[in-house]
Amino acid sequence: MRLRAQPGDIVLRSLAWGFAAIIVALAVALGLGLCVDSRLAWLNFGPAFIVTGVWDPVTEVFGALPFIYGTLVSSLLALSIAVPLGLGSAIFLAELAPKKLADACAFSIEILAAVPSVVLGLIGIFVLLPTVRAVEPFLDRYLGFIPLFKGEPYGVGMLSAGIILALMVLPYITSMSREVLLSVPRPLKEGVLALGATRWEMVRLVSLPYARSGILGSVFLASGRALGETMAVTMVIGNAPKISASLLDPAYSMAAVIANELAEATSDLHVHSLVAIGLVLFAVTALVNGLAQLLIRRLSAAQGRA
Amino acid sequence: MSASFARRKRKNRLMFGLTAVCALVAFSALFFILGYIVYQGCSALSLDFLLNLPKPVGEQGGGIANAIVGSLKIVALAGAVAAPVGVLAAVYLVEYGSQRAAFIVRYSADLLNGMPSIVIGIFIYTLLVLPMKGFSALAGSAALAMIMIPIVLRNTEEIIRLVPASLREAGLALGLPRWKVIVRIVLPTAAGGIVTGILLAISRIAGETAPLIFTAFGNRFWDSGMFSPMAALPLTIYTYAISPYPDWHRQAWAAALILMLVVLVGNIMARLLLRRCYGAAR
Repeated sequence: MRLRAQPGDIVLRSLAWGFAAIIVALAVALGLGLCVDSRLAWLNFGPAFIVTGVWDPVTEVFGALPFIYGTLVSSLLALSIAVPLGLGSAIFLAELAPKKLADACAFSIEILAAVPSVVLGLIGIFVLLPTVRAVEPFLDRYLGFIPLFKGEPYGVGMLSAGIILALMVLPYITSMSREVLLSVPRPLKEGVLALGATRWEMVRLVSLPYARSGILGSVFLASGRALGETMAVTMVIGNAPKISASLLDPAYSMAAVIANELAEATSDLHVHSLVAIGLVLFAVTALVNGLAQLLIRRLSAAQGRA
Repeated sequence: MSASFARRKRKNRLMFGLTAVCALVAFSALFFILGYIVYQGCSALSLDFLLNLPKPVGEQGGGIANAIVGSLKIVALAGAVAAPVGVLAAVYLVEYGSQRAAFIVRYSADLLNGMPSIVIGIFIYTLLVLPMKGFSALAGSAALAMIMIPIVLRNTEEIIRLVPASLREAGLALGLPRWKVIVRIVLPTAAGGIVTGILLAISRIAGETAPLIFTAFGNRFWDSGMFSPMAALPLTIYTYAISPYPDWHRQAWAAALILMLVVLVGNIMARLLLRRCYGAAR
């Protein structure tokens, strides 16, 4: 005998189905909408839009290269600061710190990760920029022979953006890496300790290799955040659409140009070009986050086997 | 042999010393941020600041009452839309959906979840602001809701999965229809966790600025309804921070302190609630 479906079941089921469908529809509409509303930019400039370095709303010539460059470089800079710091802190919290201290730290990290980015931007403007401006002349004087550190001490620029982004993603990297490190099976760790390894050798030979894909996943998730981070970057990067080898020079990022210009863009081509930048941002973050999910799933699959 | 052991011991100490330094640097930076905001914010905060409208440009003083109310309205509407959608979609994922359907929904949610909030903002701008020919609080709420839905979905899904199958089976064995099992057994059991997830998502969107810039837009006066531009706390902080007036900078700090208190209190409350419902497991 087949069970007759209750009316209540039909209602709840279709309601739940409908809301689940809304989410899929939103994701699809997001991708499609960005494509449709950026069409003028692609029709006008073609794929060269991505590699053109000119952005001039007055003459209506638009190219996304300075923004793509700024986003990538500032994110890379942020990761190169935040990954060593975050991973080091995670190892400290997972292996060395007393449990009470580690728990308190983990709790405060979660809280700190919730600080809105506009608030961090405020810190960026009023604390970080003056500091960077004071330090930059020394960078220029003593490291200026490297093109990265040559330039005028504006304060605003790639360096400041990288530092504020690093502060933003640091909590993510620390808390996720710590969790992955804590998930390393005890017997593995005790085994290598019993063989006479020091605790550091245990970390290097057992914990880190075991946790590798999870840590990489956290780095990718963090870079996803960094790539799309808007407010804090907009407030300190200097908002100058040019490509410069020096980290001291003002730059621009994809998210920042959208935040600054979309509300005031009047011509259709300008709006479409900004949406096109949004589409590039969409594609890049979807790619990076997809890789992160893949790595994390691989880790949990490995744990399932272990 | 013993020389190499001593070297290994030294390396052990050195490396762990380095990790301790990392932790020290990271935590002092992060706590400096919190401390500095509290310090700057407190020195600018007053009751007048909370209860008054902004003064015209150039005049000293004024408050952020409209921004506080605006933020409340925008976030409340977003939450009222996003919470049921997220929770029911999670119910579908766990209780009804086939493997493949669940995969598609989960994949879409992850895609939305990872999207920078500014991309969501542009999408809403082209979808609502351009056709409606004007900035509106409604568009702001829509953008925030779109950010919030996937967060609620994933949090709720995890919690509903924790409800033991034996509870469901007991209900079904007593002859309850499926929907009653879900509404009377599964959801109440998971209620604490679901509320936590919603609270966390709300405290996340309350601080979002980027998607509001070109949707809710901001307003220096009381708004005239959800279809008009509306002030919001994060927007006020942003505009004041990048302005050239020292008095506005002072107000930006005070507004930042308020926003951070709201966000952090929401966060801590959510976590305490979770701990009370599920013991000290987390």
